[in-house]
Amino acid sequence: MRLVRFSQPSFQTVNDPFDAFTQEIDRLFALPNYSAARHQGNSAFRAPAVDVHEDKTNVYVTAELPGLTKDAIDIAFDDRVLTISGERKLEVPAQDSAVARRERFHGRFERQLAIDRNVDRDQIKAVYKDGVLTVTLPKQEEAKPRQIEVSFN
Amino acid sequence: MNCTTNYSPTATQATPAQFTTPAVNVVESKDQFVLEAEMPGVAKDGLEVSVEGRNLTLVGRRLTRSAEVSTLYREITARDFKRVFELDETIDTARITARIEQGLLRVTLPKVEAVKPRKISVVE
Repeated sequence: MRLVRFSQPSFQTVNDPFDAFTQEIDRLFALPNYSAARHQGNSAFRAPAVDVHEDKTNVYVTAELPGLTKDAIDIAFDDRVLTISGERKLEVPAQDSAVARRERFHGRFERQLAIDRNVDRDQIKAVYKDGVLTVTLPKQEEAKPRQIEVSFN
Repeated sequence: MNCTTNYSPTATQATPAQFTTPAVNVVESKDQFVLEAEMPGVAKDGLEVSVEGRNLTLVGRRLTRSAEVSTLYREITARDFKRVFELDETIDTARITARIEQGLLRVTLPKVEAVKPRKISVVE
């Protein structure tokens, strides 16, 4: 048995009960949709959107980080907490050009996730493809489900 | 380029809440506009960039995730990206080019030759 380390549930349920409701509100006000609002503006600090998936052997954390270079992303895992951080530099236009519209976020970003599984921290891998970062966290042997055979005498 | 018309009303009505709007940056220089749109999870094959009349339509379709995994937590919308821009008369629609790199779509919109500032040298 393991005590719950974090008071809040680490993972939410798959089906967001408010999703249909939010869509209805968006439709009512003819807004493009609510998730777009999260990307608006340029605050100094931003948390990228993440998904968490798992299968028998791994936990997968995916984060939306479009248009970065590999060195701009830092990944750390410590005490069951995965930290994805980095910076998107402000692109200053060339001398003879001007910014007509700036909606994309720039500045530092950071996201921390409590991983509620036993993870082999030495085998964590990350791939950055199509602007999506996928961190693969292999489950430790004892965390994998094991079939226990019942023997009859 | 007229950015006030972000989303054509007809497109919104036809497909309510089917798409998410990508964040864009637009930079104007003397001979072109460069538009950058954030489309994480979209590869070259999932991209549709089209010009119809004066409307530039950007559609990015996400790769479908494998069904082998179970979802524990979800924030990333599954919706595809779409945004419509009304192009200014100064843009040469025949020479528009687009490329996507790490989920960042970069559309280059050159201005027509006539509107480019031209330096006329004075002959003595």
